[in-house]
Amino acid sequence: MATQLADTQATELDDFRAEVQQFIADNFDPALKGTYSALSAVEGPTEENAAQAKWREAMGAKGWGTPTWPAEYGGGGLSKAQNKVLQQELGKAGAYNPIGGMGVMMFGPTLLEFGNEAQKKEHIPPICRGEVRWCQGYSEPNAGSDLANLQTMAEDKGDHYLVNGQKTWTSGGQWADKCFAIVRTDRSDKHKGISFILIDMDSPGVDVRPIQMISGSSPFCETFFDDVKVPKENLVGEEGQGWTIGKRLLQHERTNISGGGAMARLMGASLADVAKTYLGEDEQGRVADPIIRDKIASFEMRWNAFMLTARRAVEESKAEGGVSEISSALKKLGTKLGQERSELMIEIAGMQGLGWEGEGFSEKELKETRGWLFGKATTIYGGSTEIQNNIIAKRVLGMLDHQ
Amino acid sequence: MAVLNEEQTMLRDMAREWTTNESPVTEWRKVRASGDPKAFDPAAWGTMAEMGWAGIIIPEEHGGSDFGWLSAGLVVEELGKTLTASPIVANTLAAAAITMGGSDEQKSKWLPKLAAGEAIGTLAVDEGRGSDPLTVSGGKLTGTNQFVHEAHGADLFVVFADDGVYLVEKGDGLTLSDRKLADMRSHAQVTFDNAAADKLASGPDDLAEQVLDRARILTAAEMLGMAQHLFDSTLDYLKQRVQFNQVLATFQALQHRMADLFSDLAMMRSAVEAGLQALDSGFDVPRAACIAKAQANDVLNTMSREAIQLHGGIGMTDEYDVGFYIKRARVLEASWGKSATLRDRFATLGNY
Ligand SMILES: Cc1cc2nc3c(=O)[nH]c(=O)nc-3n(C[C@H](O)[C@H](O)[C@H](O)COP(=O)(O)OP(=O)(O)OC[C@H]3O[C@@H](n4cnc5c(N)ncnc54)[C@H](O)[C@@H]3O)c2cc1C
Repeated sequence: MATQLADTQATELDDFRAEVQQFIADNFDPALKGTYSALSAVEGPTEENAAQAKWREAMGAKGWGTPTWPAEYGGGGLSKAQNKVLQQELGKAGAYNPIGGMGVMMFGPTLLEFGNEAQKKEHIPPICRGEVRWCQGYSEPNAGSDLANLQTMAEDKGDHYLVNGQKTWTSGGQWADKCFAIVRTDRSDKHKGISFILIDMDSPGVDVRPIQMISGSSPFCETFFDDVKVPKENLVGEEGQGWTIGKRLLQHERTNISGGGAMARLMGASLADVAKTYLGEDEQGRVADPIIRDKIASFEMRWNAFMLTARRAVEESKAEGGVSEISSALKKLGTKLGQERSELMIEIAGMQGLGWEGEGFSEKELKETRGWLFGKATTIYGGSTEIQNNIIAKRVLGMLDHQ
Repeated sequence: MAVLNEEQTMLRDMAREWTTNESPVTEWRKVRASGDPKAFDPAAWGTMAEMGWAGIIIPEEHGGSDFGWLSAGLVVEELGKTLTASPIVANTLAAAAITMGGSDEQKSKWLPKLAAGEAIGTLAVDEGRGSDPLTVSGGKLTGTNQFVHEAHGADLFVVFADDGVYLVEKGDGLTLSDRKLADMRSHAQVTFDNAAADKLASGPDDLAEQVLDRARILTAAEMLGMAQHLFDSTLDYLKQRVQFNQVLATFQALQHRMADLFSDLAMMRSAVEAGLQALDSGFDVPRAACIAKAQANDVLNTMSREAIQLHGGIGMTDEYDVGFYIKRARVLEASWGKSATLRDRFATLGNY
């Protein structure tokens, strides 16, 4: 019986693989290979050409950009095994997932868990089709690491809330259609006075002002709310439940960022190859500069140890249930290593690795400079390294506050 | 912690129970005080052999328990936590060399004895400067090795000469002179003067390198136990020591240092366990060995320095245990490949 079942499953997976291959052949223009930029998520929307649009629409229609989300809300409804096949085949074809952003990474999973039926029906399908951009209205000028100190007020006006206040560091705020925000509905309790609401960015009274970053681009904004009307049906969960929901969303954010080191790595070629190009090789085929060679090996070995640790965390949580106790260390380690890699890349390329614009630099080199600077954010957002250290010390190691 | 099967969990628990009850650090203090150059307790080693640990990677057909490398690592890690002095690592490596490279005759002569704890094996690999080159002519070995681990208790030396790996029995043509290192364990300069040497003939061409990879990984497992112990005991100390009317553990400056050490230790554990698993699967061992030993070197180095610092004055006393760990740590760090050497090898393996 058991083997029969396994056989049936194997055949079904083979059929599915064939379906995926056919789908890619029909919809993915091989000319798009390698055109995906890991930075596009933070640099804002770029003009989509016809081939890119076709690919996004086809993937969206299948729900395969959000492969494991429930099909009834527009997700792919795939099993883990099917998703693995999908990812393998996309990888083989050099095809990328055109559907992403904060809606996919953080908001969608949170709404699936806490939203009501009407909210899921309304918001999840457009996310799955890659048609709507979401931004995160969490941080305020005096509520960064101490997020629960937020002051943006949502006053109950019967059928709607009236929102007043200021958010800051709103990534992609100027391009976003909608914002998931945490706001204050009660001043008497720091945590229980917080609610999770959804705001249309084109509502009257929303004013977005981009701020330029050290990397030159301006994807993050100050967002002002001046008597903004938000209908009551845009409250997610109960009033006062916002801190719980908001924190769950941050877990999704953190998980995505600790994989961010992996993104940094995908951005470029192997460090050793880059070093050989810029610095040359000796007769034995070694990187000509022995100190750089040593630094590359040191980085690669620690990178390996990090990847092994990430894998171990997954295995442990599968075997033991719940979250591995090292998951909190992963965000901090991964982001630090990602930054180290960028710094090493700059060191290898010298002046050529510091190009800002204009002649004499390849597009790749210019991207690397911007990526190096943008990467500094990874140890600040999503819970800074210091905040991760607090979490490890208190929750994992039991080192308590002053009595 | 790697996900373990039932047998491995039992073995680990048994090792933990034994070291906690029968072989805490006070046992090492007794050995040290005895001044015995072998620097381990033969009765404790006898018990370990009875539990199957002397033959932990030796095939069953040769009297071993054949638990595999991950299991060996689990036991060695537990022994590292309490600094239990024994020739287990040296013996396991000698056994590995014979298992991989010995003829049937060599295997049946030595492996059952090593597995039973009746004979102790060690590796004689040159790690010092100023040694005479080892040469073999007409089956006789001549030359000097500096700093041979567990030399005083050894009955069998697995010697790396430049044309292969040889077995040399304790006896004529072999002189030991003490090289006392900070860890106070058994180390000796071993001089071979026309000592009878039996070449391991049936192994792979790179037998010596393969044995060294095993030395790197198993030593890293001992270092993991030491690092884990230093971390745990430092954390305990910070949680009970009061200064400024506060338990030290409540100070954020110390919390963040512990969080750093916790994260480093997580990476060290992953690297070491992956090394042991690589030995069991045979997959990509040389790279795994470089990563495991370099992580072990670097993390234990930091951990041992921080442990002393965070203990304050008491950490500087011989009466307190923490100093034992930093001394043993540096000896192991210098054994079988310093980090710089391993990075060089890792880069070479990666063709750059
Ligand atoms: C590129 C970028 C994009 C962002 N995008 C968004 C977004 O889209 N939406 C959004 O809501 N927010 C966003 N953020 C905000 C981000 O989440 C905050 O910057 C972050 O939470 C830190 O808050 P802060 O900037 O106010 O720093 P602060 O909290 O003022 O921290 C300053 C420094 O003090 C340290 N520190 C703070 N508290 C403690 C403590 N208790 N113990 C020890 N050290 C401490 C911090 O680690 C940091 O080093 C973004 C930030 C960046 C950089």
